[in-house]
Amino acid sequence: MTEEGPKRPVPQANALTEPFWEATKEERLTVQRCTACDRLFWYPREFCPLPHCFSSDYEWVDVSGKGRLHTFTIIAQAADPWFQERVPYIFGVIQLDEGLRMMGNVDIPVEEAACDIPVEVYFEKIDDDWTLPQWRPIAS
Amino acid sequence: MSLRGAASIIGIGELKPERRKPGRTGPGLAQEAARLCIEDSGLLKEQVDGLITEIPFLNTCEFAETLGIQPTWAHGVNMMGSSGPTSVAIAAMAVNAGLANNVLCLVTSGEVGGFGGGGGGAIGGQFPQFAGPFGPGPGANFWYALVANRYKHEFGLTDEERVAIAVQQRENAQANPDAAFYGTPATTDDVLNSRMVANPLTLLECVMPTLGAAALMVSRPEAVESSPHDPVFILGVGHSMDRGVPGITYVDRMTKSPVELSARAAYKMAGVGPQDMDMASLYDCYTITVIIEFEDAGFAPKGEGGTYFANEDVTYKSDGIAVNTHGGQLSFGQPGTAGGMSHATEAVRQLMGRGEARQKETVDYCFVNG
Repeated sequence: MTEEGPKRPVPQANALTEPFWEATKEERLTVQRCTACDRLFWYPREFCPLPHCFSSDYEWVDVSGKGRLHTFTIIAQAADPWFQERVPYIFGVIQLDEGLRMMGNVDIPVEEAACDIPVEVYFEKIDDDWTLPQWRPIAS
Repeated sequence: MSLRGAASIIGIGELKPERRKPGRTGPGLAQEAARLCIEDSGLLKEQVDGLITEIPFLNTCEFAETLGIQPTWAHGVNMMGSSGPTSVAIAAMAVNAGLANNVLCLVTSGEVGGFGGGGGGAIGGQFPQFAGPFGPGPGANFWYALVANRYKHEFGLTDEERVAIAVQQRENAQANPDAAFYGTPATTDDVLNSRMVANPLTLLECVMPTLGAAALMVSRPEAVESSPHDPVFILGVGHSMDRGVPGITYVDRMTKSPVELSARAAYKMAGVGPQDMDMASLYDCYTITVIIEFEDAGFAPKGEGGTYFANEDVTYKSDGIAVNTHGGQLSFGQPGTAGGMSHATEAVRQLMGRGEARQKETVDYCFVNG
């Protein structure tokens, strides 16, 4: 990619999510664990969203990085110029073994995308500031 | 507490959805829909003492000022595609509480000159971090594509079956001169062969953004006596929101919608059920949306909505239930949140017997959702 080409979009992190993005640089996938009710939740929030809990006490814990491709789409019309040069590509929702769902790209030929195939996380370093969690198939 | 029969709907104001409105302004479109609605109700603007709006570029009190009215009760609504029907429900509450006699409910598209991104925006900052870097594409296309592929996986629905509702709604639009796609019929092959947007959804399975505005007048039940139209009563309302709804990704089950609970609440209040409905006016940002709502509103078992549309007539000509007789937003056009309101205006039109070329023969009860 030349300097003149479209710039790849990077996450717009904030104070809440900084620990998550720092962990990805160390190739760790982390989520919040509510220390009051001892349950995991995702996406990041300052207050536990789980039933019968409203705590603001949490810690970041590593998860397995293994799960299944819950569903997917093959993007043919992208909005972002960087992605417009890369259609078609897979945008997936991954259901982690821990039960949480995350979004990401899946590194397989588009015709091989299918719901519930086993996947695992890998880490794609974009630059010194940003590393993205991405997904690839594994043997079941 | 019930709102059964607590309010009537006595007038409609709606603009034809169009991609361009040369020489017009956003406030002007809103004012035009307001005037149409007030005149259609047989009222003077001075008789409008309640106002509820979602106008992206004007708050409710500013809009009252632009009309030159001084309502004694006013409210804003902020519920994306469901703002229109929600505004009607809130108006019924205001009328029932004796806070207003005639509530103008009005929602519009964005300001003339461009179309916004849509798709629910930033959602508390999570979307730009956890979806944006992976290239989700414009608007909400990807979310409903994700739902559609999961639905295919769970229920074996074919692409041909999924697009059937788009074809039937397009047929409805051929009898509606106000529809954006009036004069442009489409077959199953036309839909399937239109440009791929986000697999499995093609272009003709996705709403087209337009400009426009839509309004309904919600009044005390006695108002039907002086109304120039056949009476329309609100019998039941219900609301529901899924846990984890920011962006569909996180909901417990992607192939189920909150309509299951909101419909149940509305039927219970109304004292009628899906078997009594002549028509379903279902929010249709995408084909898959209609299929899931149709099931969750009780018109077909889970997993069979798409096959129902593929095998049964749900146009205005149907002897059974008709769906989105105005063409739905897929064929009528989506003027921002006024697209959601179009499901309510069409229900009222059909109940009043004002459907003209697309009037369904028997319409006593309509189900509307946003």
